[in-house]
Amino acid sequence: MDSTIQLQASGIVKRFGSETVLDGIDLQVHRGEVLVVLGPSGCGKSTLLRCLNGLERVDSGQIALDGEQITADGAHMARMRQKIGMVFQSYDLFPHKTILDNITLAPIKVQHRPRREAEQEAEELLHRVGLWEKRDAYPRQLSGGQKQRAAIVRALCMHPEIMLFDEVTAALDPEMVREVLDVMLELAQQGLTMIIVTHEMQFARAIADRIVFLDGGRIIEESAPEQFFTAPQTPRAKEFLGTFTFTKRSTEQNSVII
Amino acid sequence: MDFAFISQYAPLYVQAAALTARIAFWGIVFSLLLGAACSFVQYYRIPVLRRVAAVYIELSRNTPLLVQLFFLYFGLPKLGIRISAEGCAVLGLTFLGGSYMAEALRSGLESVEKNQIESAQSLGFGRLQALRHVILPQAVATSVPALCANVIFLIKETSVVSAIALADLMYVAKDLIGLYYKTDEALLMLVVAYLVLLLPISLLATFLERRLRYAGFGN
Repeated sequence: MDSTIQLQASGIVKRFGSETVLDGIDLQVHRGEVLVVLGPSGCGKSTLLRCLNGLERVDSGQIALDGEQITADGAHMARMRQKIGMVFQSYDLFPHKTILDNITLAPIKVQHRPRREAEQEAEELLHRVGLWEKRDAYPRQLSGGQKQRAAIVRALCMHPEIMLFDEVTAALDPEMVREVLDVMLELAQQGLTMIIVTHEMQFARAIADRIVFLDGGRIIEESAPEQFFTAPQTPRAKEFLGTFTFTKRSTEQNSVII
Repeated sequence: MDFAFISQYAPLYVQAAALTARIAFWGIVFSLLLGAACSFVQYYRIPVLRRVAAVYIELSRNTPLLVQLFFLYFGLPKLGIRISAEGCAVLGLTFLGGSYMAEALRSGLESVEKNQIESAQSLGFGRLQALRHVILPQAVATSVPALCANVIFLIKETSVVSAIALADLMYVAKDLIGLYYKTDEALLMLVVAYLVLLLPISLLATFLERRLRYAGFGN
């Protein structure tokens, strides 16, 4: 990680109807940094990621990648999105394409790279995540963990500046979670800038350079992982981390009062 | 059964089958184009045009082809627009088929999950590219059974064009019955002629559906 700011979001507000989902989010991500976003369901984590790559239009606020504003304008957005890789909870591989074609479709059609070169890179990446022998299979023939690894490779093959991971293990069986997380750990070690939304606390602690805790559409707490997990600053974060001693002591207090 | 009669008049059926096939072919091609246009307009919710498409679809689906043909063949000349009988037949078939094709394609387009479109967008695909490489292949695969059913339906519907004096299969059969009272032979040849036209198409449809099974995706 170096000190260059790669992604800067300031004053992000997003409303769905009368409900304010993001209420003024300020966020800076440095080059090579791994930022993990934690928070209870419905706190706006996924919406934040979707705003960052323009899948949701923000109501106010600005987002800049490498100093370049991300706007809602169609053609510009499509160009910016090539620099922002995104992996979804539900994999969303293209069911009518083989794994190799899934990965090379965008490099060939969007970036106009030569097929041979794109395929070569795709095969190397598939090799690295242990899916090389699945290159001619269709998505439906893969397990959840394999699909998710293929989806990560598909995003990587576009050479993104930053990768967004939206609860990528939430739909997986426990034993498949590990294989996906291992791939992400490796990417982090290689210095890829990543923003990760996850419910895997152990993993968050291991991979994060910084933790952002979101609740009610605001950043409640922002700290280094060790500090966040051992000594959370806010009561809301303590509650979220499920510190049982906290609840127990409070019931004891209640009984004393009674 | 008078086989001499059958062999004598079979060539008439071959000729009529050619006319039926020609009307059906152009009718189907144009209804596919019209249907595609309507389904895109509705899928992308293009203002004004989607209302036009909706009105057209209701008008087309809720009036019989025979009435549509009478309007084109007998009604339009009163307004000074004259179209040949065969032109009327193709136009009428297109007017009818367009709405059926539109609904089949639209159901296919709408069956493509929103996630698929977002995943294409996140990879930098523009609207048209996403349509061409991600949405359409899946939509068409889903629509194929309905589209094939429509093709067969439209071919059978051509039997109505005899009403505007076109010598199609139905016309020839009715003609022979009227002239010679050879009802059994004429109707037998009629059934055989339609089967010869339709069976290969039906088989092709089954083959296509099997090839495109991947549309039953995920899982």
